[in-house]
Amino acid sequence: MAKKKVILTFPPALIEEPVTYNLIKNYDCKINILKATVRPKEKGRLVIELNGSKEAVSRGLNYLKEIGIQVEPLAQEVRYLKDRCSHCTACIPHCPTDALSLDREEMKVSFHGERCIICEACLPVCAYKAMEIQF
Amino acid sequence: MGKTIAEINEKIKKGKAVVVTAEEIIGLVQIKGTKKAAQEVDVVTTGTFSPMCSSGAYFNIKQTIPRMKIGGGRAYFNNVPVYTGFAAADVLLGANALPDDDPRNAVYPGQFLYGGAHVLEALVGGKSIVYTAFAYGTDCYPLKKREESLALKDFNDAVLFNPRNGYQNYNVAVNLSDKIIYTYMGVLRPRAGNANYCSAGQLSPLLNDPLYRTIGIGTRLFLAGGVGYVCWPGTQHNPAVPRGKNKVPRGAAGTLGVIGDLKGMSSQWLRGASFTGYGTTLAVGLGVPIPILDEEMIAFTSVRDEDIWTKVVDYSHDYPQGTGKVLGEVNYGELKSGKIHFLNKDIPTGGLSSYLKAREVAETLKKWILKGKFYLTDPVAPLPSS
Repeated sequence: MAKKKVILTFPPALIEEPVTYNLIKNYDCKINILKATVRPKEKGRLVIELNGSKEAVSRGLNYLKEIGIQVEPLAQEVRYLKDRCSHCTACIPHCPTDALSLDREEMKVSFHGERCIICEACLPVCAYKAMEIQF
Repeated sequence: MGKTIAEINEKIKKGKAVVVTAEEIIGLVQIKGTKKAAQEVDVVTTGTFSPMCSSGAYFNIKQTIPRMKIGGGRAYFNNVPVYTGFAAADVLLGANALPDDDPRNAVYPGQFLYGGAHVLEALVGGKSIVYTAFAYGTDCYPLKKREESLALKDFNDAVLFNPRNGYQNYNVAVNLSDKIIYTYMGVLRPRAGNANYCSAGQLSPLLNDPLYRTIGIGTRLFLAGGVGYVCWPGTQHNPAVPRGKNKVPRGAAGTLGVIGDLKGMSSQWLRGASFTGYGTTLAVGLGVPIPILDEEMIAFTSVRDEDIWTKVVDYSHDYPQGTGKVLGEVNYGELKSGKIHFLNKDIPTGGLSSYLKAREVAETLKKWILKGKFYLTDPVAPLPSS
C-alpha cells in the first residue's frame, strides 16, 4: 500500500476535468481532499492524500501528469524554521492534526510534517514567523 | 537567622553560594522544608521570555562632518521612523514603530512583518541597518540629509529601555464572539475556541517576590543576554490588587522599568515579533536573582504554577470596552496542562510567554552567579508596595 500527499495545480482549461472521480473510478485510489481552491476560469489548487496499492497510486499520479496537472509533493511546501521558533506554544491550540505538538515536560514545540494538512492555521498565529508555507 | 545580600555576595566571591532556579527550589523545599532550604540556599534565579508590551531603545549617533542636528527633524532605521525630539544626536526607536508605508490593518488582519522590534533584533544580531535622516540645518549643525549603513558598534551609545517589563501575572484571553479576533494576546478563535495566557508562572520574577521585598530600584538583572538594572517601577505598576494567601496577585499587578546596554545583548534573547492584526512587539529575556534572606523568601520562591491564579477575560467585548468583567479564575498548572475547563467545556490553551526559554534564562543567570560573574545588589529604593 502507498500513501502520498500531493499538491495539484490545475491550468484553467482543466478546471472542469473530474479528476477525483477519475482517480477513484479508473485508478482505484482512495482520495482524501485536504484543501481545495478551485474557481472557474482560474488556476485551481487541490491538496489531496492518495491512498491505494503502490501501482494504483503510481498510475493515478501518471494520469494527472499526462493530462497536464502539475503535481508536487506536499512536504516541500511546509517549513518549520526551528531557529525562529520561541516555543511560546501559541500555535498549539490552532493546529488541528497535532502536526505542531508540545512536549509538556520540556514545554518544547516540535513539528511533524507528515501530519500537516496545510490548513495554514499556524501562519497568522506565529508571531516569530517560524512557519513558512510556500504556494 | 537571616542573611544579607552582602553575605550572599561574599559567598558568590568564594564560589560557595548555593544557587537554584525558581523551578528547582520547588522540589527542594518539598524535600527539605522551608527552614532548612532557607539555610542552605542563597539565591533563586527566575526567568521569563515574552513579548514585552513596552520596549524601545535609544541611540546616540556619531556626528558626521559637517555636523547634523537631528532634533526636530525626521529619521528612520530601515524605513522605521525613530523619535528625534531629544537633541542633536539622540534618537529613540520604539518596538511598535512601523514603516510609514506599512498598510497596517487596511488589509485586515494586517501582517506587521517588520517594525522597530525587528530593527532591534537585527542590530543586536550583528546586522547593519540603513539610517536615513532629514534635518532643517543650523549654523552649528549645517548638514540636512544623511543616509548610511550603521551597525550596533557604530553608535556611540545604544541602550535598551523597557518602561514596562516583567508583568507580575496577566490576563488569560478568550473570545466569546462569533468571529475570530486578532489581539495582542494572539489569535482568538470564536466561542472561546482557545485561551491564551502570557506568564512564565512559577519561573516569573515578580511572582517569586510577590511583595517586592528584594526586587527594587537598582536591582541588577539578566536583560536579553546582557546585564541590566531596574531603573524605576514599570508603568502601570499596580500593587494594590487582590492577592491569594501566598500574597501572589490574582491578576496583573507589579511591573518593572528596566534598562541595559544593547551592545551587550544577544538576538537569542531579543526577538522581533509580529502579532497578526495587532502590530509588532519585542520579546525580551529577563531574569532576576532573588536573594534568600530568610524563610519567607524561600516560601515565596517555592510558589508553584498550581498556586498562581489569574483572571479569564473576554477580549471581543469586555477588554476593548473596558467593562472590567472577569469571567472567572484559573491557575497556571491548568493553563500549562493544555486545556482549562471553563464555561462548561474544555478550552485548549496556548502561551505567548515561552516557558522553555524562561527556564534557559534562569539557568543562564544561575551559571553566571555560580561562576562569580554576576553579583546581587541591594535595591537603592523599594518599588511601591501598596
